[in-house]
Amino acid sequence: MIFRLAIASLLARTLTVGMTVLAIALSVALFLGVEKVRNGAKSSFADTISGTDLIVGARSGSVQLLLYSVFRIGSATNNLSWESYQDIAARPDVEWIVPISLGDSHRQFRVMGTTTAFFEHYKYRQGRSVKVSEGALMDDVFDTVIGADVAAALVYSVDDSIVVAHGLASFTEHKDQPFRVSGILEKTGTPVDRTVIVSLEAIEAIHVDWQSGAQLPGKATPLDVIREMDLTPQAVTAALVGVESPLQTFALQRAINDYSEEPLLAILPGVALQELWGIVGIAETALLAVSAMVVVTALIGMMATIFSSLNERRREMAIYRAMGARPVTILGMLVLEAVVMAAIGALLGLAFLYIGLAIAQPIVDSTFGLWLPIEMPSMQEVWVILAVVGAGAIVSLVPALRAYRMSVADGMMVKT
Amino acid sequence: MSEAVLTLSNVGYRWPGRAGFALTVPDLAVALGESVLLLGESGSGKSTLLSLICGAILPDSGVVSIAGTEISSLSGGARDRYRAEQIGVIFQQFNLLPFGTVSDNILLPLRFAPARRKRAGVALAEATQLCATLGLPEGVGSEKASALSVGQQQRVAVARALIGHPPLIIADEPTSALDANSQAAFLDLLFAQTQTHQTSLLMVSHDPRLGERFDRVINIEDIAKIARSAS
Repeated sequence: MIFRLAIASLLARTLTVGMTVLAIALSVALFLGVEKVRNGAKSSFADTISGTDLIVGARSGSVQLLLYSVFRIGSATNNLSWESYQDIAARPDVEWIVPISLGDSHRQFRVMGTTTAFFEHYKYRQGRSVKVSEGALMDDVFDTVIGADVAAALVYSVDDSIVVAHGLASFTEHKDQPFRVSGILEKTGTPVDRTVIVSLEAIEAIHVDWQSGAQLPGKATPLDVIREMDLTPQAVTAALVGVESPLQTFALQRAINDYSEEPLLAILPGVALQELWGIVGIAETALLAVSAMVVVTALIGMMATIFSSLNERRREMAIYRAMGARPVTILGMLVLEAVVMAAIGALLGLAFLYIGLAIAQPIVDSTFGLWLPIEMPSMQEVWVILAVVGAGAIVSLVPALRAYRMSVADGMMVKT
Repeated sequence: MSEAVLTLSNVGYRWPGRAGFALTVPDLAVALGESVLLLGESGSGKSTLLSLICGAILPDSGVVSIAGTEISSLSGGARDRYRAEQIGVIFQQFNLLPFGTVSDNILLPLRFAPARRKRAGVALAEATQLCATLGLPEGVGSEKASALSVGQQQRVAVARALIGHPPLIIADEPTSALDANSQAAFLDLLFAQTQTHQTSLLMVSHDPRLGERFDRVINIEDIAKIARSAS
């Protein structure tokens, strides 16, 4: 009965109570949403590369190797010689190997030389392959396949002609050897979206007339001649490696790291990704902290609402007291009221989250390549909701104790 | 005089935070089934006296007993419960929880008084019965209290005070919000009920015209002194 009366009392103040509940709901939705995006970003990040067992490059740091080979950030200090590449490829425990050659750019995007095996073995988001959405994979030496972001940013379509610049921020261009866009890739949410992919031979081909980073004056080998040349590279930047059996991963890693001909480094992508997340993840934690503060603000708002309702409800308290309610009952009712508001707010917030997810999921996926799964509330989310309800109860103790003191002091006679 | 339901003897009370002001009640008794009108203007200490009788505040000295129990000897929680068991309270106005139904309001004291609930029998039926006796329209029980007129609300307050038949009814100017006709009708109903159940009635008012209906009329100045001591 007391519970029912408390609910009736809340319903009688629909507007203020509704606003308070709405504030809590929005803050909870924001908090859970940020948490969702954070987890989504983390797993999308961890899913940037999957299916690859080892990344091999010249000896440097593991994060550095990961950054330039997968994220196309920074550049390699040294290359992996073609002989070493062949040696690794020939090992019996290596199932597949994909070369990556970096160093040139097109506008703000990196150019990556590789083989068509890249499209077969490079996997993201739990084993999805990179697929062509328009056109086809490269067929000719001077064909290129571009990522979705490249196509969108530079408004390219299939059969457009593009010129690759030498180096990463240079004004010298490989004007003599233009590329034809043969295909545009699907949006993946990985750095592949921002990459211009050409064949490994193409990287050699555009540098035929170059020496030590500069074009030889007056020399311009015709394209037909280039096509006839042996375009085997001297070196590549890195290589993605798949092993026959996962058990061999560590043995292979050790073998490559101990390779005597050349100082090499083999890294486990998962481990390096985690290491990198440890650095970039701090920003996400800060975001989470901010949204936690929004929840706290909403709860303090609720406290203020209860406080301001106390004066107009003195009469109500006096009636309860006259009917034999103990001051503790009054206190309990106010806490109960807060718990009900916080619980409705938290559940409503959860509902908002799901509605928001249902609407935003496809948009976020296609725009940012961020996959936000719609699943049953996780244990963590349940804890968040319980914590909000608990915090609501604790916060409401402040006005409730005031009501307690008021009802003791007023007794049951309130001067009207 | 038969057994007293309410006795105050040598009661002294000091208002906290207002040094020097004190209320003293040397002797006041209300017998079982007796109706007493306590006349006093506002500021004469009525509210404080009523709070003392109901045990909402405790005297600094002296004894307040209700139905033979000295209430100042009870702990706070037990005193609240004892009040719910023994006393029905009717205020001047705004007696009801406006958001609750009429039945909710009538049954509210039973929630805090198990013995009184037992006395009431089937509580909801008892409430409906009381509403009918007090001339409230049929089916009023499920209506929101705020939907009722002031006169109807006061009658609901009477039903709430009477349910479970507590030995003492305290009424604080219950008729002041009513017009003359309603006042008479209200008192008729109230007296009919208290007489049927041998309930004692202590009513506070500033209106001496009501006096003829009561067994006894007391001026508050005669039994309670507000003193301004030097301390």
